Amino acid sequence: MSKKILLDKINVPGIKSYEVYRQNGGYASVEKAINDMGADNVVEEVKKSGLRGRGGAGFPAGLKWSFIDKKSGKPRHLVCNADESEPGTFKDRYLMEYIPHLLIEGMITSSFALGAHLSYIYIRGEYMWVYKILERAIAEAKAAGWLGKNILGSGYDLELYVHCGAGAYICGEETALLESLEGKRGNPRIKPPFPAVSGLWQNPTVVNNVETIASVPWIINNSGDDYAKIGIGRSTGTKLISASGHIKKPGVYEIELGVSVYEFMNSDEYCGGMIDDRPLKALVPGGSSVPIIPHNLIYKTAAGEDRLMSYESLSDGGFETGSMLGSGGFIVYNDTACIVRNTWNFARFYHHESCGQCSPCREGTGWLEKVLNRIENGYGREEDIDLLWDIQRKIEGNTICPLGDAAAWPVAAAIRHFRDEFEYHVRFPEKVKNRAHFVDEPFEKVRHLLQKQTV
Amino acid sequence: METAYKQNLNMSETLMNRINELLSRYPEDKKKSALLPVLHEVQDAHDNWLSIELMDKVAEILSIKPIEVYEVVSFYSMYNRSPQGKYMFEFCKTSPCCLRGVEDLMDYTCEKLGVEVGETTADGLFTVKGVECLGACGYAPMMQLGDFYKEHLTKEKIDQLIDDCKNDKIILLDK
Ligand SMILES: Cc1cc2nc3c(=O)[nH]c(=O)nc-3n(C[C@H](O)[C@H](O)[C@H](O)COP(=O)(O)O)c2cc1C
Ligand code: SF4
Ligand code: FES
Repeated sequence: MSKKILLDKINVPGIKSYEVYRQNGGYASVEKAINDMGADNVVEEVKKSGLRGRGGAGFPAGLKWSFIDKKSGKPRHLVCNADESEPGTFKDRYLMEYIPHLLIEGMITSSFALGAHLSYIYIRGEYMWVYKILERAIAEAKAAGWLGKNILGSGYDLELYVHCGAGAYICGEETALLESLEGKRGNPRIKPPFPAVSGLWQNPTVVNNVETIASVPWIINNSGDDYAKIGIGRSTGTKLISASGHIKKPGVYEIELGVSVYEFMNSDEYCGGMIDDRPLKALVPGGSSVPIIPHNLIYKTAAGEDRLMSYESLSDGGFETGSMLGSGGFIVYNDTACIVRNTWNFARFYHHESCGQCSPCREGTGWLEKVLNRIENGYGREEDIDLLWDIQRKIEGNTICPLGDAAAWPVAAAIRHFRDEFEYHVRFPEKVKNRAHFVDEPFEKVRHLLQKQTV
Repeated sequence: METAYKQNLNMSETLMNRINELLSRYPEDKKKSALLPVLHEVQDAHDNWLSIELMDKVAEILSIKPIEVYEVVSFYSMYNRSPQGKYMFEFCKTSPCCLRGVEDLMDYTCEKLGVEVGETTADGLFTVKGVECLGACGYAPMMQLGDFYKEHLTKEKIDQLIDDCKNDKIILLDK
């Protein structure tokens, strides 16, 4: 068993409740931070830990905290990003649902470090029952004196509230999230200014993912140095992976960063191998926004090294032969999956979720969806494949927020690695009219048809 | 926007208390921030949809302009601007769920209820919808029903759910 620091107590009966959580050492980090350390030392420990943001971008958390504007004298806020809407990702929900006090403890310790007196957890509206779990847990923590005025007699005050969204992926983008928290449409803001200078209600604000904040108590209780010893290189610590798709045991797993992809996929501690023992075809390792990689680049990098579950190894080779750790949304495809259909499905998702502010994203995602849809359904033309390439290239880098890139990358990767599958769809339209075409007849079995028909 | 349907407003004391509790979570001069959570509560108390009259009422309570409510309601997918079936089966149709057979299950459900995706049964009991990833990809296929998720679905479980709905055995809201 590898190191667990987030889920180590998940199986303790009653850990959802305040009493049991407290009896198991809960809230010790708040005591240590406030009584013994002081705010600046908490930031220092988090810096030393090397903890990187778990929302997708992997930005060092301690560094982000150190950017918060303390000079302006304005109130500061910590906002937890619990919007979790990236397809393939369901780990934050697991933490909040089964050990809600861990997040609340993390929020208190982190708010103290930032000098925030009013903090929020922004949770997606669909997680309504989890919203209620958090509301109840916050009430418990407050009744026990961990929130409110003069916490632990230190003079430090903190109010923490949970706030719910209402169905919009884009509100996971931090500035859209802040707009939404202000009661508006979730339109991302142009940066700079960054939230650390002008965030919620124009006050200095730090936005962090649930898992990032839930990692803070362990770091404070042990030490940043101890945390940095877990993991590999600049990928310190543990990471929650949401595993889905064609594997025997889908679910949320805590891994020590650096385990091999092979082990994660095949060991009984994690995914347990492929469902029905069918061949592995492709992998999306970090949520729908990251490039899909074909089977020959999953266990080994292009350089022939073992592919590891770490920020560096998963992105080894760049977008040509690598991908990204992203949010840890690990989606596995076997030979019955259709890459064109998957790409179309994701394009439809991004089109639906585009906020509409930038034309390349608003229009481009629509075009991607349309063209992919016709290819998938047997109405595609040979030139559509280059057209798709062209559209995605014109979206990437030309938008206010990274949703545009997130829509473009999966299309680029699918064409890069699975171009023959697109060609097959175009040249054998009758064979793809049934949506389960590769379930009936996996591509490996029909790929030879393409050879006979090269143009 | 036009009022296509009529709705009886029922701003009960329980609802108003909850709204005031939500308002207390934001600074005195930032009450607009409560808009999304307040709309959820108001919608829950009004058969899961929001008429123009109801949105105007919310604007009045938050002391903001009606347009500020309309533009938010039209942006977020969880707010309904027309009446919905009492039981809204919201299937996740994003790719990871498709890998585990959600499309066949939606076909099955639609056929059984005699509706297309997006439609409501004549008795007003069921609406079938396709929505985007609900953060349950590892428990696919799945759907949202009220405030809860129904996961690892099978045809048998759909049959059971439909029966339970008809027999009033389903809890929709987590209050
Ligand atoms: C379109 C889009 C959606 C995002 N969705 C989420 C999300 O659901 N949860 C999350 O934590 N971060 C999400 N992010 C990343 C956030 O903008 C932000 O980087 C993150 O919350 C910072 O927290 P971290 O540093 O702890 O990772 C998203 C970004 C984009 C561009
Ligand atoms: S890239 Fe897309 S989602 Fe992001 S701001 Fe522009 S239109 Fe909105
Ligand atoms: S894809 Fe269906 S819940 Fe994520």
